[in-house]
Amino acid sequence: MMRMLRKASWSQIGMPAVLVGLVVVFGAINPNFWSATNVTNVSRQISVLALISIGQTFAILSGGIDLSVGSLLALVSVVCAQQMLEVGVAGGVVAGVLAGGLAGLVNGVLIAKARVPAFIATLGMLVAARGVALTLSGGLPIAGLPREFLVVGAGNWGPFPVPTIIVAAAFVVAYVTLSRTRFGRYVYAMGSNEEAAVLSGINVAKYKTLVYVVSGLFAGIAGVVLTSRVISGQPTLGEVQELHSIAAVVIGGGRISGGVGGIGKTLMGVLVLGILSNGLNLAQVSSYVQNIVIGAIIVGAVYIDVAGERRRRGSTVTS
Amino acid sequence: MQVITERPLLEMKGIDKRFPGVHALNDVSFDVHPGEAHVLLGENGAGKSTLIKVLSGTFPPDSGDIRLDGQSVRVGNPHDAQVLGISTIYQEFNLAPDMSVADNIFLGREPMRRHAPGIVDRKALIDQARKLLDSLDTQIAPEMIVSQLGVAQQQMVEIAKALSLDARIIVMDEPTAALTSHEIDRLFETIQELKRRGVAIVYISHRLEEVRAVGDRATILRDGACVGTVLVAETPLDELVRMMVGRDLKDKFPKIHVEPGEEALRVERLTRKDVLRDVSFHVRRGEILGIAGLVGSKRTETARAIFGADKLDGGRIHVHGRRVKINSPADAIRNRIALVPEDRKRHGILAYLSVRENITLSALSQFSRGGFLDIQRERTRAQEYASSLRISTPDLERRAFSLSGGNQQKVVIARWLITNAEIFLFDEPTRGIDVGAKVEVFQLMGQLLKRGAAIVMISSELPDILGMSDRILVMREGRVGGEFERQEATEEKILTCALGGATYAVDASSGAHVS
Repeated sequence: MMRMLRKASWSQIGMPAVLVGLVVVFGAINPNFWSATNVTNVSRQISVLALISIGQTFAILSGGIDLSVGSLLALVSVVCAQQMLEVGVAGGVVAGVLAGGLAGLVNGVLIAKARVPAFIATLGMLVAARGVALTLSGGLPIAGLPREFLVVGAGNWGPFPVPTIIVAAAFVVAYVTLSRTRFGRYVYAMGSNEEAAVLSGINVAKYKTLVYVVSGLFAGIAGVVLTSRVISGQPTLGEVQELHSIAAVVIGGGRISGGVGGIGKTLMGVLVLGILSNGLNLAQVSSYVQNIVIGAIIVGAVYIDVAGERRRRGSTVTS
Repeated sequence: MQVITERPLLEMKGIDKRFPGVHALNDVSFDVHPGEAHVLLGENGAGKSTLIKVLSGTFPPDSGDIRLDGQSVRVGNPHDAQVLGISTIYQEFNLAPDMSVADNIFLGREPMRRHAPGIVDRKALIDQARKLLDSLDTQIAPEMIVSQLGVAQQQMVEIAKALSLDARIIVMDEPTAALTSHEIDRLFETIQELKRRGVAIVYISHRLEEVRAVGDRATILRDGACVGTVLVAETPLDELVRMMVGRDLKDKFPKIHVEPGEEALRVERLTRKDVLRDVSFHVRRGEILGIAGLVGSKRTETARAIFGADKLDGGRIHVHGRRVKINSPADAIRNRIALVPEDRKRHGILAYLSVRENITLSALSQFSRGGFLDIQRERTRAQEYASSLRISTPDLERRAFSLSGGNQQKVVIARWLITNAEIFLFDEPTRGIDVGAKVEVFQLMGQLLKRGAAIVMISSELPDILGMSDRILVMREGRVGGEFERQEATEEKILTCALGGATYAVDASSGAHVS
């Protein structure tokens, strides 16, 4: 048993243990933690982070990063709201998602074809997308969206919140894509060793571009959900969300330089962040202090992973 | 050779080290005297590196005794080792590439100005560095930036650094791996000089030819245990091989003769600006075309160009008599061409993918429909290839980095077998793998030939080229320098052709300069 524990990695044993621990402790501190209202609240609150973290998982697994997803939320929100007022709810939703995908395509072409480092290309997009959102909206919120659009962010389907169902569906699609498709395998391959991937005949430029389109599309879906939750187009949404999504990926056990990680792990990271913030709120810990805790968790999780990796690598001695 | 009478400077006694699931060192002992070079010889995975990591304080041993001048010492971390006068020069140098040579030598111990503590005395720094470098008879100026130096010069900087630390024991881990033969000779001279100064050298190698040139004694390790310690001058090479491998390697080159069939690959006047010029050759089914040449003769570039990894400016490629356009590795793979690259870690293995995923990576279309993978079928097929190549791994889901060099090489070969490749470009297929695995790789080539494959084998090991090739192409500065039939080829002829009258150094690993 001890040996098993020693061999198992942080993300296999440690992370679920932390999650269970958090739930038990918060449940003990405040009985409301377990209430149906609170559980559905948490699942609503984390929906946007969950969606952009899925896209971020693709980017990081492939050996890149997508810093633009936070700003894309704002861009998508503005585009979605404006189009909704013009052509109706469905048109707005589609336009919003496509705006995310299009921005992702720009990222992808810059990274894969022009060979701008992902960090720089998406940093540029982070700044520029925010600028586009502010320009399109004149810096003002876009109000007066149709009431029926509320259902996306605030509605229920049976006992389940609609955003939670969207997230669940997105996770399933992403999980299957990463673990059961060629594209998914190539994402891991590029992140593990890009040069070897090229020499194995993988069209790296094509699949890399696709990675950022995927990330952009998930940011698009997230932006639409967020727009519904605030029932307006907001050019200031999503600040620093890109950093939270990166945190979710690495807390779950994703390797920041690619090749290791997965959708399940990211889900765990998102849950830890969401439950932590909710539980601390219920325990009336100030949001200032919450930031300190979350910061420590990000570094701590990666530290444990790195330390474990070193230990396991030590066991594979070469001459 | 000197007579060894005095007390050993360093003794390692009964060193034991376990990692989870591996008994890395099992009761290993050796000693080294002042002014002696002691070679630690063994195949990859024998425990050489672990042993020196114990000595350098990277891995504290589980049990055992390290003695300096007969006194038991504790080497708990690399700093302890430094204080004790033990310096290790790893294959990957510990130098700051963007700083000057002098800064690197005295990094962290810069001489300070006498009246202004905290301010580095640049003049003293440069002077002291120069003195050290001159004493090693190098041409390196202390002001030079490390990244502008060649590998051999960087190694000299490391040695100078060790001397500046008053090292009494210098450990060198495969120091010749990246050197040309001229540079190797220089290194050996430096080692002699260090010995004259009374420095003890611990020299790690799996190259037998070097043992003679360097060592006074050799300790042979196998599977983490000492096989024995021998006086190098009195031990024949065959005996050393037997001790390393644990069996007689009767046939180091299991060359089989297959009647060559039709032409499989023909390249005509391949040209890439400033790299390749008018490279033409062909290879038939059932035939191995060896490509020899010095380091820098652009053999790797030739293979990469054929494989579509680098763009060509001119030339034609014919596969089975048909002209083909190859603009990417994917094009090459479609034409049943495979490249087993020289630098396995950088270009071959995907370290974080599993063995299964590594094997099937280039052939996923066989296991997918509409982009979806049939993992069960993938696993079955990967298992077939892993078994037939005898890839040694506990299971296929292990990440590839946990495999030994020889097994990683087999994984890369399996990746191509599964694509049904028929033309194999092997670039230094035996580099960094041990004697046993080397024979297996050669046997595998034989099997490929029997199945009608054509093989192009680039190698810097002349014995390999001579032992395995049906024809030999010699490259020189991006061109074809000559071609030899198997029967007429000799080391001398190939070397003369490779040198082409120029005074370039012979490649390090050719083995032609020693033995």
